[in-house]
Amino acid sequence: MTWRPRLAEGTAPVLVVLLLLLVGLAIAGPAYDGPAGYLALLKRAAPLMILAIGQYFVIVSGGFDLSVGALVTAGVVIAARLIDGSESATTWVILVVLGFGLLVGLVNGLVTTKLLVPSFIVTLGMLLVLDGATFLWTGGAPRGALSTGFRTFGRGALDVPVLGEVPWSVLILLAILVAAALFMRSGTGRALVAVGDNDAAVRLSGGQVDRLRLLAFVLSGLLAAIAAILFGGFAGVSAQVGEGLEFRAITAVVLGGVLLGGGRGSVVAAAAGALSLEALFTLLNLLGVSGALESAVQGVIIIAAVAYAALGGGLRQRLRLWPKHRNSVQPVSS
Amino acid sequence: MSTLQENISPARQSAVRPAVRRRFTPVVIVYLALVTLLVVGSVLVGLRGEVLLDQAGILNILTRATALGVVAVGQTMVILTGSLDLSVAYLIGLTSLLAAETMAGRESMVLPGVLLALAVAAGVGLVNGLIITVLRANAFIATLGVALILRGYLENTYTGPAGDVPRGFQHLGYDRIGPVPVAALLMLAVVALAWWYLTRTRPGYHIYAVGGDTEVARLSGVPTRRVVITAHVLCSVAAGLTGIYLASRLGSGAPYVGTDAGYDLESIAAVVLGGTLLAGGRGGVVGTLGGVLILATLDTIFDDLEVDPFFKNVVRGVVLVTAVALYARRMMADRARRRFT
Repeated sequence: MTWRPRLAEGTAPVLVVLLLLLVGLAIAGPAYDGPAGYLALLKRAAPLMILAIGQYFVIVSGGFDLSVGALVTAGVVIAARLIDGSESATTWVILVVLGFGLLVGLVNGLVTTKLLVPSFIVTLGMLLVLDGATFLWTGGAPRGALSTGFRTFGRGALDVPVLGEVPWSVLILLAILVAAALFMRSGTGRALVAVGDNDAAVRLSGGQVDRLRLLAFVLSGLLAAIAAILFGGFAGVSAQVGEGLEFRAITAVVLGGVLLGGGRGSVVAAAAGALSLEALFTLLNLLGVSGALESAVQGVIIIAAVAYAALGGGLRQRLRLWPKHRNSVQPVSS
Repeated sequence: MSTLQENISPARQSAVRPAVRRRFTPVVIVYLALVTLLVVGSVLVGLRGEVLLDQAGILNILTRATALGVVAVGQTMVILTGSLDLSVAYLIGLTSLLAAETMAGRESMVLPGVLLALAVAAGVGLVNGLIITVLRANAFIATLGVALILRGYLENTYTGPAGDVPRGFQHLGYDRIGPVPVAALLMLAVVALAWWYLTRTRPGYHIYAVGGDTEVARLSGVPTRRVVITAHVLCSVAAGLTGIYLASRLGSGAPYVGTDAGYDLESIAAVVLGGTLLAGGRGGVVGTLGGVLILATLDTIFDDLEVDPFFKNVVRGVVLVTAVALYARRMMADRARRRFT
């Protein structure tokens, strides 16, 4: 028997891509010869990675969440208006933002599961509602300011023994990532993947399909709210902070080898996809590729990633160096 | 055993009361909603001492509906096959630029400009279709990727409006017969053409077949790949037509004319509002036209009432989700009735 590392299906390619990008960064940029540079990269990528983890829950259970970008904007704008520079308000405003995220996720989930509207439409509607409502409330332009305490999470750092200064956002990311990975190994997590694969089977075997889907949307909303707190701290108040983030998060998840439509993929790979995306942008920046072409490169890469995943079965079989003994049944290529 | 019962009962059932089920198809609901909206809107606008459906009002509604209508017809074809196209917004910007730059103010270059724009649009549609069928990428990602590529090209090449449309060509955007713009009539012609294609021709039936169940269609001898590719080419050509129309209205091409109006998600919203299933296989362009008119009427009413523009988005979101929830309920009720009575 040959020992092979046990990685979830579809995880290996994104890790290889990530490794190549990190090596590329080390060659291209002098800032990336030590851990400090990579820590800064991780800090920049943390909010997107958190969004990608939230999006993963929804996608793997067979849905879409297009509302996260608008939710991030709403979170930042609401926080700025409520805090308005006063330090004492920080704690309860953070709770309000998190509660708001939960609420939006709950509504998304309830409309999807109870009213049977496809999640694409529900979250598209939520996107429109959030976009409109946020600016209706603030009168067109974001007002107020975030407190220093609020912004600490996005840009501050904590003194950790041995490691030195570690940004708050990285610590929060690691906590969420570990929790998410453990969750996906639990019974509920596995059931969530099963719902994306075949919800009828889950229902017939006694699983609570609606409750699982609802949970995925609530988690996505909550994580988007956390990402909003980090984005707000990192980038400040702006009406454009969340623009296009929903597509970026979906891109990251898909880059991580997660199947759109659900049922396959790992949460760590989704987060790695987000980190790869951020590393790619940094690398392009270092290489002097104009910012305008960034999106074109992103486009080519996601098409390539998905095509690889779809055709990959055949490619992998052709490229496989040693035959697989475990499977007695060959997958039928369609 | 149970499958047998399920197979038998709907046949008997549909013989008993087909009329009940046929009366409230999504298309009927959409047009009822449109009429209701027009009545309620007229009353609300009337309370302010103005008239909703006067010459200017009708012109306003039809002008808004023209651009969105043509894109949405294309989007309907794609969605009916079970696919979708997120690249139309950037494609509209690109084709408006291509047309306007080729024309460069010369009357003689109008036809080459239009043909070039349509050819490029067809090319983009072909690429979309090939990525989805040959590379087997999910349509959402494939067209999102193409959209990003187009965006990169636009951002890298253009900084603002470019090109110049000759005066003669601007007639397309501004001529009208009474309160009805000529372009709106052309849009209706596109809808009629698409309706004929989808309901009266073999390739049209194939679109429904592929959207209903790709595998079954393939096994029944439908060239599924070709159908999906054709739908994508038609959708992109429709987006190209919209780009050309917008260039004629603006007098030049503008890179973000499609994205500023959000034609990608807006057209999907119009299609779904019109009762077409997002999963494909059911619906049609007549419903889509209703959806487009509802969105255009909402906009016009809000403008007349001077409602905060941001409030429009809130209402649109609610309307969209409510409509689809209604259709879903109806389908469930339908299915339950067939199964249990």
